[in-house]
Amino acid sequence: MANNNKSGSGFFGKLVHNQIIIPLAALLLLIVFNLIFDPSFFVITPKTNSAGNPVLSGYLITILDYGSELAILAIGMTLVTAASGGQDISVGATIAICGSALLRVLCGTNSRPETLQAPIIVGFLVACVVGMMCGAFNGILVAYFKIQPMVATLILFTAGRSIAAWINNNELPIVPDPKFAYFGGFIPGIPVPAPVFIAVVCIIVIFLVLKFTTLGLYTQAVGINPSSSRLNGLNPELVKFISFVILGLCVAVAALIKTSRLSTINYSVIAKDIEMDAILAVALGGNPLGGGKFNMWASIIGAYVIQFLTTTLYKFKVSSDALSAYKAVVVIVLVVFSAPTVREFIGSFFKKHSAKKGVA
Amino acid sequence: MDNAILKMRGIDKAFPGVRALQGVDFTLCSGEIHALMGENGAGKSTLIKVLTGVYPKDEGDIVLGDKSVSIKSPQDAQNLGISTVYQEITLCPNLSVAENMFIGREEGALRNWKKMNERAGKILDDLAIPAKPAQQLASCSIAVQQMVAIARAVDMDCKVLILDEPTSSLDEQEVEKLFKLMRDLKAKGVGIIFVTHFLDQVYEVCDKITVLRDGHLVGEYEIKDLPRVQLVSKMLGKELDDMSDIKSENATYEKKEGETPVFTATNLSSTEAVNPFDFHINKGEVNGFTGLLGSGRSECVRAIFGADRNLSGEKTRDGKQVKIAKPIDAMKKGIAYLPEDRKVDGIIGDLSVRDNIVLAYQVLKGALHPFSKAEAYKFADEYIKLLDIKTASADTPIKSLSGGNQQKVILARWLLTHPDYLILDEPTRGIDVGTKVDIQKLVLKLASEGMAITFISSETDEMLRTCSRLIVMRDRHVVGELTGDDLNQNKIMSTIAGGDSDGK
Amino acid sequence: MKKKVLAAIMAAAMVALTACGGAAPAATEAAAPAATEEKAEEPKAEEPAAEEPAAEEPAAASGELIKVGIINNDPNESGYRTANDKDLKAAFSEENGFDASFAYSLKNDEQITAAQKFIQDGVDYLLLSAADTAGWDSVLKDAQDAGIHVILFDRTIDADPSLYSASIVSDMDKEGETAVAWLEGQNLDEYNVIHIQGVMGSAAQKGRSGALDDKVASDSAKWKIVTQQTAEWNAEKAQQIVQSVIDSGEKFNVIYAENDDMAKGAVAALDAANISHGVGKDVIVMGFDCNKWALQELLDQNWNYDGQCNPFQSEYILKVIDEIQAGNEPAEKKIVMNEKGFDATTITADDVENYGI
Repeated sequence: MANNNKSGSGFFGKLVHNQIIIPLAALLLLIVFNLIFDPSFFVITPKTNSAGNPVLSGYLITILDYGSELAILAIGMTLVTAASGGQDISVGATIAICGSALLRVLCGTNSRPETLQAPIIVGFLVACVVGMMCGAFNGILVAYFKIQPMVATLILFTAGRSIAAWINNNELPIVPDPKFAYFGGFIPGIPVPAPVFIAVVCIIVIFLVLKFTTLGLYTQAVGINPSSSRLNGLNPELVKFISFVILGLCVAVAALIKTSRLSTINYSVIAKDIEMDAILAVALGGNPLGGGKFNMWASIIGAYVIQFLTTTLYKFKVSSDALSAYKAVVVIVLVVFSAPTVREFIGSFFKKHSAKKGVA
Repeated sequence: MDNAILKMRGIDKAFPGVRALQGVDFTLCSGEIHALMGENGAGKSTLIKVLTGVYPKDEGDIVLGDKSVSIKSPQDAQNLGISTVYQEITLCPNLSVAENMFIGREEGALRNWKKMNERAGKILDDLAIPAKPAQQLASCSIAVQQMVAIARAVDMDCKVLILDEPTSSLDEQEVEKLFKLMRDLKAKGVGIIFVTHFLDQVYEVCDKITVLRDGHLVGEYEIKDLPRVQLVSKMLGKELDDMSDIKSENATYEKKEGETPVFTATNLSSTEAVNPFDFHINKGEVNGFTGLLGSGRSECVRAIFGADRNLSGEKTRDGKQVKIAKPIDAMKKGIAYLPEDRKVDGIIGDLSVRDNIVLAYQVLKGALHPFSKAEAYKFADEYIKLLDIKTASADTPIKSLSGGNQQKVILARWLLTHPDYLILDEPTRGIDVGTKVDIQKLVLKLASEGMAITFISSETDEMLRTCSRLIVMRDRHVVGELTGDDLNQNKIMSTIAGGDSDGK
Repeated sequence: MKKKVLAAIMAAAMVALTACGGAAPAATEAAAPAATEEKAEEPKAEEPAAEEPAAEEPAAASGELIKVGIINNDPNESGYRTANDKDLKAAFSEENGFDASFAYSLKNDEQITAAQKFIQDGVDYLLLSAADTAGWDSVLKDAQDAGIHVILFDRTIDADPSLYSASIVSDMDKEGETAVAWLEGQNLDEYNVIHIQGVMGSAAQKGRSGALDDKVASDSAKWKIVTQQTAEWNAEKAQQIVQSVIDSGEKFNVIYAENDDMAKGAVAALDAANISHGVGKDVIVMGFDCNKWALQELLDQNWNYDGQCNPFQSEYILKVIDEIQAGNEPAEKKIVMNEKGFDATTITADDVENYGI
């Protein structure tokens, strides 16, 4: 009996002190909310889409679908946050640049081509290179010129969408090939949206990278104490730089999904404010925004929780221009609950609670 | 005789899992300097924090003058006349000296600047503190900043002044000035509680000693009744013969003729303004850089390790010319460096003990060959056991360890890389006596196994016990090299002072 | 000699400064072509201002050219705006006898700053598509005092009509009414409408929403709004809104999107869920703005209706300028442009060419 209690409090204690509790608790809250108000939220129905392919449909699928870009961006944002102690706010603008470059390659100079001017893979690779170059630009400013990340990335945040428009000469190209729509829609014969697979691939890749390289250790070491890291043979500048380049790659992948969803691009609104959601995902994952330790799973779950919230709000027909107000509430709650004093209080609450049970 | 201004009786304080204080008594008389001694974790800090209201006490009474008081916050403590000056300066470096002395006090908001400066000037004069009221605090030396903190405390009508490790970042002259200030205050009837790791200083300035061990009171002694060896043995709780041990081991190194040095440097200088110097070290040798704080000791070894950019100089390893431009180059050549400032340059605070131990070895091994979790645990556990690191587990964040144990972790980190040449810059600063002795013994053991070691310490007797050759520095110049019979306090002092160093 | 060199340097510095200053606030201002054009033209506009005495010479350099300052919204905002900007650029070229400077911003205060700059530069005409309806009185007064003719295009403002010469507008209310009348003409048994709105409070949104809201209010038995949400002209948001309705399983048979982009987003969601749309299909798709690609969708019978919002305003503006140059005041202050609504069943390839933007 006594033993049971002990392990109980230990489990709760551990959970309270593990950061993954934060996104999980938020997720649980949303699930419970939907269960109470409309359990049909969780229904998934098989259908066929207009191309005659089997697809799954339902709110949960929608969450997985639209949460993908955010999850992919959260991967890169987590690394940047950990290594540099700051955030990249140019993500949305860089998506516009990468997407524009992608469409420029696929459509050529004519914005309404009859056929693809280059294979999709070539376009995607170009987008990746462009994304990594944008990341490198930010990375150089942050790592070598020691500019605060938010200030450094403000440059691309400001100029990015204009650059994107310039790449396509202000035209809004439309990709003629239906295959291009697969990446943001469904691949024929597979009932789960393609972005989910792309996100899964990215997640697997980052976990392999974290497992088979020392990226995680180095990033955290540099984020916590750059001076000490240098004396341990690390190159803090290079580590920061690399984190931005990785984010650039994530951005390129997200740009592929975003442009594919509509087979076109609108420079001024594509991926608008997505950087804030990506940063929120990192914060919701309980990662300190001042850099240092990070938990990749928590960030990724955080990204899907944000989409869960968005989809829930859409379902309850909350006006979409009010969405940001709801997210602000989430931020406030997060900030309060991640404050050390509050967590301490919760921790001691659990302890007292289990102690009382022991007495009884 | 009973002019006690502070009595603490039967103080109990427990933290989850630890009983930090158990029935501790402490008495402070006015006009005395009272040393509070004990190893790290003995309960000194907890006792101080209970007294200053940072922690609430679980049991016991605090009597101030003849009133029983309850102290709930540092503000309470201050109002009751209990002031504290910490090891880390807690003032605002960007404000002026006078502002720092008066900031945050009742009458603060609508203050006449001129009057404030005048009053500050008077206090500084009275205490003979070499600072001007209008001077920016950051432009003062650490010692003067420390004194300003004390002046602030004194001006607040304090009856009890707590000095928590105030001397650990001061050089000898600065310490001397601080002691003078303490004696002045003592003459004015202030009771001073002095917490330090330096035994010499205790015997120089204190009247009484209270020793704590494992949260218990060991006893209160008049300074004349307690010789050093007994003090140490009371702190450690065992009779001490370690000192003599070390001395006997010291003789082991003898230079063999015609041997290739493990490492040499010629005409080496760096951006940190060290004048070009030559250096060499042999297999199994322990040498050291000595000199006053700021004389360039650390800068020399940093230049060797490539921590600061080299401006000139050539280096060899085992007779072969090598290029060491940055730390990773040195590490690849089997050189390890434990830096002077543990907090800034040593530990990665939020990472676990395990990650901190494997970090350097991991970097050497390369980014594409990470250690598996099992390997990392194996390394960590091995060294936790070997160096007797006191930590809850290998997963504990290093920042929650005590200073001495943090230092052992950093030492473990470098030992794990199996260096041929190990540089230890102030490895014993700010850590307890027991650990100091452990580290000194370890240094000699490693040397006897063939490792070349450069050892730097502010405590000369520590250097004398461990090093067989001392390089003496003054004002960023190498001014002498001492071996054999020259290795004694007097000779070192005179070389540093520049008495007869021209013979070299 | 020295003085001349100095003056030249000064002028160059001023140009460089204003070029930088121009680029900084216009956050979303884009496009190398636009930028180079601006740079090419600005020195002419700047030099007289930089050198005091030059201003007194009777307009030597720009003698035959009519100086025009054009303040527009960001051309990247939408295809409509891009077409609008292109049309203006083509009309106010040097060949046509104009010396035009352009400033772009979606923010009212930046636009006002640009207007003040144009007034200082001594333009003859100030063409304005205001971001916001309020806050223009004082700057327009300044223009009037400086003898500058102000012509509003595309958007009206809340200011005394005496402050401007003419206002060329689309009648958004009429666009909405035309569209709703067309929808009513489809004679459906019931109308279950997904109403995707533009940025709330914009003239286009108000006009296009108003007609539909009125209809639903007057015939609530037959007309129902399934959901009414703003997607802020954003296709991605429209897609999510429609996706949400599909996920909920509610019935709907009309998508009334207040621009083409949002209609496209909505259709993407329909396609994913195999809901047929277009002529003779389950769901009627309606858009606005007549993008070329949207009209193409009409031609392919994928969409049903597209309402025009005429971006080709330069011909109307030119007419007004001609009249003023001839010494007359325009007969009417408010000039409403002709606008059409296209039906997928009647649209021709020629229409796509002629009216697509």
